[in-house]
Amino acid sequence: MKKIAIILLTLFALWSCTKDGPSGPNVDDFDREAILVNWSDNIIIPSFTAFSGSADQLHSDASAFAQAPTLQNLEILRNSWKSAYLAFQHVSMFEMGKAMELRFRDNLNIYPTDTTEIETNIMEGNYNLELSSLNDSQGFPALDYMLNGLGANDTETLAFYTTHENSNGYLTYLTDLTARIQFLSSEVLTDWTSGYRDEFVSNSGNGANSSLDMMVNDYIYYYEKHLRAGKIGIPAGVFSGSPLSTHVEAYYSDAFSKSLFNEALNASQNFFNGTHFESNTSGESLKSYLDFLNTMKDGTDLATLINNQFDAAREEAKILNDNFAEQVESNNNLMLSTYDQLQLNVVYMKVDMLQALNINVDYVDADGD
Amino acid sequence: MNTNSIRSYLNTSTNAAPLAVFRIFFGILMLISIVRFAANGWIEKLYIEPDFFFSYYGFEWVQPLGEWTYLIFLICGLSSVFITLGYKYRISIIVFFLSFTYIELMDKTTYLNHYYFISILSFLMIFLPAHAYYSLDAYKDENLRSQQVPKWSIDSIKFLLFIVYFYAGLAKLNSDWLFKAMPLQIWLPAKYSIPILGDLLQQTWTHYAFAWAGALYDLTIPFLLLYKRTRIIAFAMVVVFHLLTRVLFPIGMFPYIMIASALIFFDAGLHNRILEYTSKWFKISKSFFDNGADYSFPKAWIRKASVSMVAVFFMIQLLVPFRYMLYPGELFWTEEGYRFSWRVMLMEKAGYANFKVVDPENRQRFYVDNTKFLTRFQEKQMSSQPDFILEYAHFLEDHYQQQGIKDPEIYVDSYVALNGRQSRRYVDPEVDLTTIQPSLKHRTWLLPFDDEIKGL
Repeated sequence: MKKIAIILLTLFALWSCTKDGPSGPNVDDFDREAILVNWSDNIIIPSFTAFSGSADQLHSDASAFAQAPTLQNLEILRNSWKSAYLAFQHVSMFEMGKAMELRFRDNLNIYPTDTTEIETNIMEGNYNLELSSLNDSQGFPALDYMLNGLGANDTETLAFYTTHENSNGYLTYLTDLTARIQFLSSEVLTDWTSGYRDEFVSNSGNGANSSLDMMVNDYIYYYEKHLRAGKIGIPAGVFSGSPLSTHVEAYYSDAFSKSLFNEALNASQNFFNGTHFESNTSGESLKSYLDFLNTMKDGTDLATLINNQFDAAREEAKILNDNFAEQVESNNNLMLSTYDQLQLNVVYMKVDMLQALNINVDYVDADGD
Repeated sequence: MNTNSIRSYLNTSTNAAPLAVFRIFFGILMLISIVRFAANGWIEKLYIEPDFFFSYYGFEWVQPLGEWTYLIFLICGLSSVFITLGYKYRISIIVFFLSFTYIELMDKTTYLNHYYFISILSFLMIFLPAHAYYSLDAYKDENLRSQQVPKWSIDSIKFLLFIVYFYAGLAKLNSDWLFKAMPLQIWLPAKYSIPILGDLLQQTWTHYAFAWAGALYDLTIPFLLLYKRTRIIAFAMVVVFHLLTRVLFPIGMFPYIMIASALIFFDAGLHNRILEYTSKWFKISKSFFDNGADYSFPKAWIRKASVSMVAVFFMIQLLVPFRYMLYPGELFWTEEGYRFSWRVMLMEKAGYANFKVVDPENRQRFYVDNTKFLTRFQEKQMSSQPDFILEYAHFLEDHYQQQGIKDPEIYVDSYVALNGRQSRRYVDPEVDLTTIQPSLKHRTWLLPFDDEIKGL
């Protein structure tokens, strides 16, 4: 044992004398809890607060429209639908805690929406939006149909709410949809502000069920499935072989799908960089954590690679038509090249970042050796 | 070495207690392993839920049996009870070996070095008279009951442990491990929340210390256990080392198995004491077994066959880990000869594999959602290991043939990051994987590693 100790000590002594030994910056313990604090206090809760506010506005405008279904009120309602839908892009990736329990995203944003089911619901009137079977006839995509897809023009659309034999049914369904969005968003926000925040922050360990591991997994999952695949890949036919223009987000409204995509892309990049909600300030984040680990390992600057890739995707998307459905039909190759740029970041995040952070994909709780 | 000394070695006998104690511990730990596996819901999760299983080359016929898979585990668990009791030992250990190995062969996704260790150890134990002493078999059968067993039977277990440690140590003598502290430098900082150690694990020097100490430990521990003067301190190191790895990594029962196994290096005195305690506890008469008799194999040819089998077994064990030398390219990258070679916790590999299906008739193409066919665990393992990628590609070929594409071409867009290096393309994206048959031949369809890991 003594001998081993001597050998070890000699080795360390030798190795500390060599020049290319791992000296570098002083490596102190990185405060991972600070990431959780920054996420919850400066990004997640402000985003949910903003979203909840626009959901309130959406519902009150819908109620106003139901009182007086005029063209002017329809325009107001459409605008608040747009604002709320944009605000939703900032919270959609935070499917944890109450949001996970409520299956927030499934309730609010499954598209394409099932218009037949919507019509049946309106006709029969005895629907229960809490049923998961009705996920695809509610939320923003259903509102998209109700506001932009019922008629070929404003007059025709308005007619469903005024002169249609079941105009009351349409009005009720409309306000039921906005009420449900309002309810769900306030449920999630309240949960965050009344305890879940502290639970989230204090669960700062390194297990598979720790906040950091779960959030990173959720974030990458969101990026891969809902941003890359949902907004671009599926309509571009990446998984089906042929383009599916009806599968774009906000299919019934003109020229809105790209705005939603850009908003979501920005929100994702901001989350990565720890940028505070609606601000240029940033705090501890995946970026700073990667930077910290990088100084220790002297590896590639992964955070820069990831940020560059976000920028590359945004740049590629610039030339896309504001209406993705039209883009898919006119020149799908542009959609595919945006997809490819988004895809590269899946590799950086899912392979390189997860390896650097030593976070397992989806809590695989088997033994290793 | 002359044949005489070999012959006289083979005829040397020694006290049987270490072998009996080994048998008892082995049985108990295996029972715990099986119960723990079932209790964690892993039978369901790993062998019942998936639709598709990755097979070992040549063992494609070994598949989970649906709900009957539970029965295999039950048989395996029961046989370990019988092994502990030393009841119908030969049959029990054969049944254990077969059932345990069957379980391991069902899905390559769950491959672990220590499962392989259990498999070959139980195979070895088939040929050892571990039931000659302090067992129900020996209690019932006066002819079997023997206080002395051939020395080689105990030494063979030591030798297997020696190989496991020493080869694991040799494998650590590479530039990534020694001069980059990889992959420890990835794994250790992530354990920041471990009390006391957590902060230490953030220090670069700790990663190097662990790497060097780990290599040194593996290379020296079998020698230190062999010599009487260093044995106790070596055993203390075994305990500390394995408990530490237990704290740091999710390695299940392995640390306990190694700690218990290392007891075999001790003299019979310790084992006799263990058995005395056990006897008192269970009111067994130990002296009943202390008859001074020498174990003799029931028939001369059985003895000969056993010795020969063990000899062949060790030849294979010594050579198999080095089979990677038959392949060009970087072992860690191509994994040609990586498994079954005691490369324990030696690399961190993460991958991403996106499969593209092309219908040559209309050039229609689309990507596959892996989660439709694989569990997350399977997908993770598949993404960075070439044999998995190829097997999955063939599975996809069959699947899409059934879906009506006559002759689908399967390409994969894949990236792998190894030991903290930036991810790079793994499989040649131009290669139609359906044109490649699984084999043991060198894989020309992987892209080169473009870096070098020096070492054995």
